[in-house]
Amino acid sequence: MSATEVAPNLSKEPAAPGTPAPAGTESTVQVESPSLVDYGREYISKVRGGDMGALPAILGLLVLCVAFAILRSRFVSAINFANLFTQGAAVTVIAMGLVFVLLLGEIDLSAGFASGVCAAVMATLTAEHGQPWWVSILAGLGTGVVIGLVLGFLVARVGIPSFVVTLAAFLAFQGTVLLIIGNGGNISIRDETIVAISNKNLPTYGGWILFAVVVLGFGASQLMRSATRRRGGLQADPFSVIAVRTGALAVLAGLAVYALNLQRSRTAIVSLKGVPIVIPIILVLVVVGTYVLNRTSYGRHIYAVGGNAEAARRAGINVVRIRISCFVICSAMAAVGGIIAASRATSVDPNAGGSNTLLYAVGAAVIGGTSLFGGKGRIIDAVLGGAVVAVIDNGMGLMGYSAGTKFIVTGCVLAVAASVDALSRKRAASTGRI
Amino acid sequence: MSDHPPPGTPVLELRGVHKSFGPVEVLNGIDFAANAGEVTALVGDNGAGKSTLVKCIGGIYSMDSGAYLFKGQPVSVHLPKDAAALGIEIVYQDLALADNLDIVQNMFLGREKRGRFAALDEASMEKEAAKTLAGLSVRTVKSLRQRVASLSGGQRQTVAIAKAVLWNSTVVILDEPTAALGVAQTEQVLQLVRTLADQGLAVVLISHNMRDVIQVSDRICALYLGRVAADVRTADVTVSDVIQMITTGAPPDKKTVANGAEGDTVAASGAVAATSGGSA
Ligand SMILES: Nc1ncnc2c1ncn2[C@@H]1O[C@H](COP(=O)(O)OP(=O)(O)OP(=O)(O)O)[C@@H](O)[C@H]1O
Ligand SMILES: [Mg+2]
Repeated sequence: MSATEVAPNLSKEPAAPGTPAPAGTESTVQVESPSLVDYGREYISKVRGGDMGALPAILGLLVLCVAFAILRSRFVSAINFANLFTQGAAVTVIAMGLVFVLLLGEIDLSAGFASGVCAAVMATLTAEHGQPWWVSILAGLGTGVVIGLVLGFLVARVGIPSFVVTLAAFLAFQGTVLLIIGNGGNISIRDETIVAISNKNLPTYGGWILFAVVVLGFGASQLMRSATRRRGGLQADPFSVIAVRTGALAVLAGLAVYALNLQRSRTAIVSLKGVPIVIPIILVLVVVGTYVLNRTSYGRHIYAVGGNAEAARRAGINVVRIRISCFVICSAMAAVGGIIAASRATSVDPNAGGSNTLLYAVGAAVIGGTSLFGGKGRIIDAVLGGAVVAVIDNGMGLMGYSAGTKFIVTGCVLAVAASVDALSRKRAASTGRI
Repeated sequence: MSDHPPPGTPVLELRGVHKSFGPVEVLNGIDFAANAGEVTALVGDNGAGKSTLVKCIGGIYSMDSGAYLFKGQPVSVHLPKDAAALGIEIVYQDLALADNLDIVQNMFLGREKRGRFAALDEASMEKEAAKTLAGLSVRTVKSLRQRVASLSGGQRQTVAIAKAVLWNSTVVILDEPTAALGVAQTEQVLQLVRTLADQGLAVVLISHNMRDVIQVSDRICALYLGRVAADVRTADVTVSDVIQMITTGAPPDKKTVANGAEGDTVAASGAVAATSGGSA
């Protein structure tokens, strides 16, 4: 209640959303409830207006999970649940990087093979040149940065459409991986640290510590933000809304940690349980990426360039530098994804980062709600979309469908997601919500 | 706001500005000045080159040739941020707003306030934005956190104006700021224009509405086909004089021209305009 009334809306008239509590809602109950209701109502009108955010991805994820759980009981087993994370991790990370490029309204078709090149560089260094794990990984990441600089330069400075630049790079990087590894070759990775990334788990107590850090961190950051705004006399999220959000996160995260801490090993000799190490890696990337996009002026400038490059230029923003930096971030994240994939396979082959990698990554970003038209998207979209893609891939695999069918289905899901994007954009244009 | 030069002295001066787009010569030796504490109206027919001149001032376009003086010193302005650094704020005719950002984000775009850990200081930005908009009597905006895409044309224009007056600037240039505004808002903006000038800023107002121009300006500079047709004190001319300057490029009768120095300019550029008319 306080939130809507304290807020110094510009309007002197009482036009704040939700203020005229309509008949039908019980107006006698506790103080906090109206604001929650307001939030719900505001959210519904947002969705109606075409700003669906992550809703399609969340609904899709629910439907898919229920369907696969009914069709294949193995889908809900502890081991399969953990598999979902390690299978989806690489694509999700590449998709996070793609969000930066998609926000500009550009595309990076080479992200898949860029991840392959970076993984190949890392594998060569660790397996054939005996370099320590950190040198190899840094070299892989450095390769990603250099790739991003070149792509960004060609797009932003030379002015070639990103579609063409990255399509050319797609082919060139495929060739690069082939040259590094050799046709039919395969570099296997023995370094324990690198292998651990995708194949080892946190101890069970580590999972719960992670849980506590995530939930408390989320709740605290929300409370602090709300308190700052309240102190400034601005409209702030009411406590009830924060409590609901944090509570929902706690329940979901708690269930996930519990499930991941179940014994997954089929034999009594080895124990296999705990939160896979890729999960904290992804969480750190999500937190950093979200902070950069939402809380820094650099992130704000990325959205501005994607929304109206000329406006950004007139506001004194160095548009070229922003564009190049986004390509660098994208390729560097592709390198991280490539390293995660290599760790999972414990080897790099000439097709690393090929076949469905790119399509899955673009699909993940778009399914999650990132717009192909630029200016709209979040890091968490990549995670949600990555989850959808991982569930489709995993569930259909369990049902015994061939790779061909999986590709067709995922392709169709991407097409549907892109249609949702285009249609909701149309709708947003007509209702002014973009 | 203390460092404004004494009223009447030129803050912003352009001399002999040429600008072509390919073979099209859009600005053909423009001399233009904006004085502290004065409203300078820049008028001219569609396509006369007003917006192009403003974009040259703002560093959106670079001039082909010509001198750019700020407070009497030659300066080089090649990028929008050069102009902003001098304290020149411009509301462009083609409003430079990012549709996907909200009102506050647009108003502070490129000059965000930052707090700890490089984080944006959203609260204080929102407060300042609210104050500025309230000063412009914006009543119909539902929330400052509304995307700009969802605003009406006039509301967008008000946001663009608010964005320009948010900063402690020395020169404010408004390119047809009232084109999309309702009666009350127009009055508000004209009043704001006057207030800014009275505070010692140099204000440039571009408008096709002669009533507004006469009402609010101290000087009128008329462009005609990329040349300055006349540069006169508002008090010395009538609406029909101004319309004549705009449509024919001919300066008003000599006797009405304010002072000698400006008279020379007017005579000279008038002559050039006449030549170009002959050759066309
Ligand atoms: N980017 C450009 N490329 C080519 N020609 C241009 C460009 N911008 C403006 N022009 C031309 O320059 C001339 C002056 O345009 P400008 O926008 O400065 O006119 P204006 O005086 O602001 O007119 P209006 O009153 O219609 O806003 C026009 O003939 C226009 O066609
Ligand atoms: Mg114009």
